[in-house]
Amino acid sequence: MSLVSLPEPSAETAALLPDRFRRWFASRGWSPREHQLALLGKARDNRSALLIAPTGAGKTLAGFLPTLVELSSPVPASFISTGRSVQKSRGLHTLYISPLKALAVDIARNLETPVREMGLPIKIETRTGDTPVSRRQRQRRYPPDILLTTPEQLALLLSSDDAPFLFSSLRRIVLDELHALVTSKRGDLLSLGLARLWRLAPEIRAIGLSATVAEPEQLARFLVPQRDGREAAADVVTAGGAAAPIVEMLDTEERLPWAGHTARHALNEVYDLIKRNNTTLVFVNTRSQAEMLFQDLWRMNDDGLAIALHHGSLDVAQRRKVEDAMAAGKLRGVVCTSSLDLGVDWGDVDLVINIGAPKGASRLMQRIGRANHRIDEASRAVLVPANRFEVLECAVAIDAIAENAQDTPPLRTGALDVLAQHVLGCACGEPFLSDALYAEVLTAAPYSKLTRADFDDVVEFVATGGYALKTYERFARIKQDKLGRWRVANPRVRQSYRLNVGTIVEEAMLKVRLVRSRGVARGNNKGSTGVLGRGGRMLGEIEEYFIEGLVVGDTFVFGGEVVRYEALVEDQVYVSRANDKDAKVPSYMGGKFPLSTYLAERVRKLLDDNSAWNALPDQVRDWLSLQKHFSRVPGVRELLVETFPRGNKHYLVCYPFEGRLAHQALGMLLTRRLERARARPLGFVANEYALAIWGLGDTAFMVRQGRLDLNALFDPDMLGDDLEAWLAESALMKRTFRNCALISGLIARRFTDEDKTRRQVLFSTDLIYDVLRKHQADHVLLRGARADAASGLLDLRRLGDMLSRIHGRIIHKELDRVSPLAVPVMLEIGREQVYGEASDELLAEAADELVKEAIG
Amino acid sequence: MRASTVSIAGVTLVADLSGALFWEEQSLLIVSDLHLEKGSSFAARGVLLPPYDTVATLSRLAIVIARHDPGMVIALGDSFHDRDAHQRLSDIDRGAITALQAQRDWIWISGNHDPALPSELGGVVASEVAIGPIAFRHQPTGAVGEIAGHLHPKARVATRGRSMERRCFACDDERAVMPAFGAYTGGLSIRDAAFAKIFQQLGFMAHVLGDNRVHTITASRCY
Repeated sequence: MSLVSLPEPSAETAALLPDRFRRWFASRGWSPREHQLALLGKARDNRSALLIAPTGAGKTLAGFLPTLVELSSPVPASFISTGRSVQKSRGLHTLYISPLKALAVDIARNLETPVREMGLPIKIETRTGDTPVSRRQRQRRYPPDILLTTPEQLALLLSSDDAPFLFSSLRRIVLDELHALVTSKRGDLLSLGLARLWRLAPEIRAIGLSATVAEPEQLARFLVPQRDGREAAADVVTAGGAAAPIVEMLDTEERLPWAGHTARHALNEVYDLIKRNNTTLVFVNTRSQAEMLFQDLWRMNDDGLAIALHHGSLDVAQRRKVEDAMAAGKLRGVVCTSSLDLGVDWGDVDLVINIGAPKGASRLMQRIGRANHRIDEASRAVLVPANRFEVLECAVAIDAIAENAQDTPPLRTGALDVLAQHVLGCACGEPFLSDALYAEVLTAAPYSKLTRADFDDVVEFVATGGYALKTYERFARIKQDKLGRWRVANPRVRQSYRLNVGTIVEEAMLKVRLVRSRGVARGNNKGSTGVLGRGGRMLGEIEEYFIEGLVVGDTFVFGGEVVRYEALVEDQVYVSRANDKDAKVPSYMGGKFPLSTYLAERVRKLLDDNSAWNALPDQVRDWLSLQKHFSRVPGVRELLVETFPRGNKHYLVCYPFEGRLAHQALGMLLTRRLERARARPLGFVANEYALAIWGLGDTAFMVRQGRLDLNALFDPDMLGDDLEAWLAESALMKRTFRNCALISGLIARRFTDEDKTRRQVLFSTDLIYDVLRKHQADHVLLRGARADAASGLLDLRRLGDMLSRIHGRIIHKELDRVSPLAVPVMLEIGREQVYGEASDELLAEAADELVKEAIG
Repeated sequence: MRASTVSIAGVTLVADLSGALFWEEQSLLIVSDLHLEKGSSFAARGVLLPPYDTVATLSRLAIVIARHDPGMVIALGDSFHDRDAHQRLSDIDRGAITALQAQRDWIWISGNHDPALPSELGGVVASEVAIGPIAFRHQPTGAVGEIAGHLHPKARVATRGRSMERRCFACDDERAVMPAFGAYTGGLSIRDAAFAKIFQQLGFMAHVLGDNRVHTITASRCY
């Protein structure tokens, strides 16, 4: 909340600030900023507002100013009965919601300063998962003036009997980091909570705080109730005055790698940058990259610079320690992932380094905003591409930032599984009528287009499972009374709801411990654990699904070193140090975020425009020129398909530039089609830019003979039956279904004590999926899972747009060997996971080993 | 080849892809752990699993019975998920069971989930059956010539970072533990200590139920 003086605002708006506040600003040597006063103006006019501001603009103070001003004048408190005694309270005035509980705690601490210094009679408290039960109960009885909390805690508060009492006095709600919240199911949950609040306290006004987004008017809809099919939106206030950032691409002296994501070639240069600046944030896209880079920097750290590591699977205490050291200015560098995209403002970061692909212009801009939180000074950032394609991506991202172009995703359509959770939560509080709740849900922007049929299906699902075969009436979780109002059937349902609230489904994680090898090299992989040294140093945690793909003796990178998988005992993975330089099993899974459509489009344009190549590094220009000479550089609207033989296989490489997720889906579908065409495909690998498929059949020959039509191969109709057939059986769909089953409350994640003893008799959601799909394919949960898979996990819309765009515009180049442009994706083979569903072949391979053993 | 053959105490049986065993000489089909009405059993406790597991299990059973047309069927225990489960059967499902029992002998072996089956289900109820050198019982004891169920064996096979987990028969030359046949029945890894009590070390085989065929893999290769 550091501020600097900017031009004096006009007298008219300045008058909105009471004397006490003006004196306080002056005592700090500050003057209020235009947008801070603008929000006071919105408050006076009784309007909700969305504040778009870069970090360092005094955004949080701006969001709270109306609250502080309103609470600074004495409001008569009333006596509230607590059951045992009466207590003086004026009730909850402002609710603040943050995506991070740590942020809520920090904001509370920061707010205390002006409150204390101005002597304001304001009580501020936080409520997170860590808040003791006694305090939570007290907060419901004697609410503070300002409560800072998270979307999940809001849902819990709303499901309690005293929600009407607690929120009836509410005047304001402040939503922090709104741009981040609305992109996930947590945003859906929050929107439904808001809808509830609008009914409980129709007078409340919202203030949203957000980084710059592509469509502020759409985001502003989130903050006000949607009614009668009209699109209502809060007023948008944009903070001006931010200096444009200075962003450069690292002009490396080294040879630019063809592939990979580590940017190891530029290590010395990165280290040098850290050395030359006071505090540098080094962003990478994945946890394993962060670990590797951190280890590398540490090894070369002859100057003993204080460099720390920060990512999501580190222990929370460890992360807080790094953050505190950072805030205290004790660190020279922090290697971090998106775990630091959001969060507490730190004073003096003077440089942001982004390693690897920026993925999106807005995301990059937000990261760069983490540097230098003084709004009138330019943030400085250096982009370090890790391979040649990333050079192109960095180049267009820098242009996009210069133009202040945004590419944040559009507002979500509310998910049905989240709605199911909310409906159950509502039934836990006051009983509700379907008509009234439906009307209420429609006021939430993400659900404004929800059909009554979908809503009724969700209510039916919550009640009896929503099955066409109606046999569960007597087991209903919520029931209607004589007036038709729904309420929970028994207290256990309420208890289970409280334990399972929230939309974040965590991957099952296993603890990784380092032990001495017990001689796997000698072929002892019989799996007994007797001789294995127990205990061992904890290295961290790893996803269970990754370990499931390993056999004893496999090596992989963890904690920045190559380790050997030794054993799995309960939830502990035992590994030993391996001497191998390269891991056998790749663990790079790509970032969570795909290349944005916007940047992809710009990369295609850049490729198409030879004159623009001059701005690129020599090595990259030469690479593209070679490609032009050797094959062809893909045009903006066309799809370049190259075929060539290599070893005893035939390769097909195409360049859609639609991001890894869309390419993986495309790879699955093309492989199916090639199989039908008897091209005998064996596997494929995808990166953000290209897709390579290989097989035994000579696809080029087949095209020449007219046995394979590339336009037909890439026909958009693959998104019909082929997609359905593949998706229905895919592991991805099963995982998506599992998440929906957990969020919707079909299956509990956490159990009451009474239920815990029954955990022995668990069941597999995959089996449930199979049965449900066969017997009721249009069940509401399956519909929800399909929608999730199509939008988030597969980028089907994007794939569909691409297929229509390139339809009839496929350029086939038959080559005798790999082209320069194909080298990067070809190098991913063996380094990236190869896709294709695990199938009978995997089992057959294991069975064949047995045969070989038997024969000889 | 959809099935594989196993030899238990000198008797050759077909390990069917569905998870059933077929003893051709005796025209005997064995299935284990049907766990009928598991869905409604959970529903009674507030977990509203789709109520289609019984019909799914019975239709798979009908298919394998049609394929082998056995003179006798043994359901090797835990045919019903709980004591009252048979009372929750729909009329259609009850009718389907009766139809399957027509023209053949039917033995319900009682299991820990269904220790007291009523006679109106048709067929005979027994705690154990011996035919030739083979003893059929629900819970495995490790005895020679034993075919049992109860443990729901499954095996996971991993190669190069990918893995697959499936139900399987666990067998050596003297005994077998059958996979669970029920639509909602999960499994227990054959590397669990429970299997070590029945088989010697890891010298047994997993006959893994793949998509199109049964794969024979040594237990030590599985997880």
